[in-house]
Amino acid sequence: MSEPQFLVHSPKDNVGVIVIEGLRAGTDMLGVITEDDTSINLKAGHDIPIGHKIALTDLKDGDTIIKYGVDIGKMVANAAKGEHVHVHNLKTKRW
Amino acid sequence: MASNNDTFMGYRRENGRIGVRNHVIILPVDDISNAACEAVGNNIKGTMALPHAYGRLQFGEDLDLHFRTMIGTGANPNVAAVIVIGIEPHWTKTIVDGIAKTGKPVSGFSIEQHGDLETVAAAGRKAQEYVQWATELLREECGMSELWVSTKCGESDTTTGLGSCPTVGNMYDKLIPKGIYGCFGETSEITGAEHICEARAVSPEVGKKFMKTFNAYQDDVIEAHKVDDLSDSQPTKGNIEGGLTTIEEKALGNLEKIGRKCTYIDVLEPAEAPAKGAGLYYMDTSSAAAECVTLMAAAGYVVHTFPTGQGNIVGNPILPVIKISANPRTLRTMSEHIDLDVTGILKRKMTLDTAGDALIEMIRRTANGRNTCAETLGHREFVMTKLYRSA
Repeated sequence: MSEPQFLVHSPKDNVGVIVIEGLRAGTDMLGVITEDDTSINLKAGHDIPIGHKIALTDLKDGDTIIKYGVDIGKMVANAAKGEHVHVHNLKTKRW
Repeated sequence: MASNNDTFMGYRRENGRIGVRNHVIILPVDDISNAACEAVGNNIKGTMALPHAYGRLQFGEDLDLHFRTMIGTGANPNVAAVIVIGIEPHWTKTIVDGIAKTGKPVSGFSIEQHGDLETVAAAGRKAQEYVQWATELLREECGMSELWVSTKCGESDTTTGLGSCPTVGNMYDKLIPKGIYGCFGETSEITGAEHICEARAVSPEVGKKFMKTFNAYQDDVIEAHKVDDLSDSQPTKGNIEGGLTTIEEKALGNLEKIGRKCTYIDVLEPAEAPAKGAGLYYMDTSSAAAECVTLMAAAGYVVHTFPTGQGNIVGNPILPVIKISANPRTLRTMSEHIDLDVTGILKRKMTLDTAGDALIEMIRRTANGRNTCAETLGHREFVMTKLYRSA
């Protein structure tokens, strides 16, 4: 298998993690769901640093974000499929 | 060298515990005895002074923790012999007597009515004797099952949850059934995954004990002292640079360290030695690396596994800290800090099973005597946990 640009923990997740350095917007990416080894194809909507998250679907303000198959917080702004998800649009529900 | 993968060469101590290092330490009871300890450490080669910031006018639970940490550090099987120096004889004796229960050589010296110079001379003579005795001790073949292996991650990012933390989890899934003692903690970093952690207890009673510890931390520390929320400290700036956004996301990655199958059998106070036999333990600790590792060393653990994403560089004076990273940028920019490269997991060229085996082999080599990156770089962070202001 060629090396993936992003990995996803669980099939339930709506975000993935970029695992290469220097990802550019417009790149056609290969993703792998580690839990079941299935592949996903996705076009990068932003330049996204290694380790940062990418939206696997169109995410709206208020949507719950699932990673590891578990709720990790909610969107506070929109992110389209392939775009960067981080502190500018995702917050914990706790504090 | 050990003859096969199930054994290593270690130091069997007087109480039967196995050490992987052979330190003679000079332990200050209190902050003002650091200078004398460091003087002995300079004079007598082969000793190591462990200066720290506290030990005066502490009381109650905070003083108990101070003594437990001091005694536990001296009692750790990675330590062959101990010189204890304090300003006055009473607390010095408390620590000496605690360490002496292991049967190892330990002597105390107090400074009042002697001064630093006379104390340094007397302690130095004893330290010289200890070094010459300790350097003749021989390693002997020990089973991997006799190891006590702790874990704590640091400068976490999303790659720790994908690679280095599950590598530690895979190691525990393999070695805990063989009879090792394990330990994880970091109470603040369980936040958001506390119910998942509760469910990993061996019984509902132990799970309740964990939740009691977790809730006490939330009430006594976070609620009592927070300004607005913890979002400026948890996740840390380093975590955010690495792509972690929320405390829940960080906690889920953190918990990958306990694998898929392990259950923890008890909840320990900070620096408390495990007493329910072999198995995995939860310890109530800060998530600050040096504080946490110091507490686990004081509980008697002899090898520490430390997954890092962005590159935490912490070490400990007596506990070898093995760094594991899956982040290719960290391996590219600061490889001198990383003992085990598991970047292959992110490239899908290394399975977790392979990574776990590689970590077990690195633990075995470290136990045999291989110095870790942190040891070779001189990282000896010895940091006491302080519960509240001194009197």
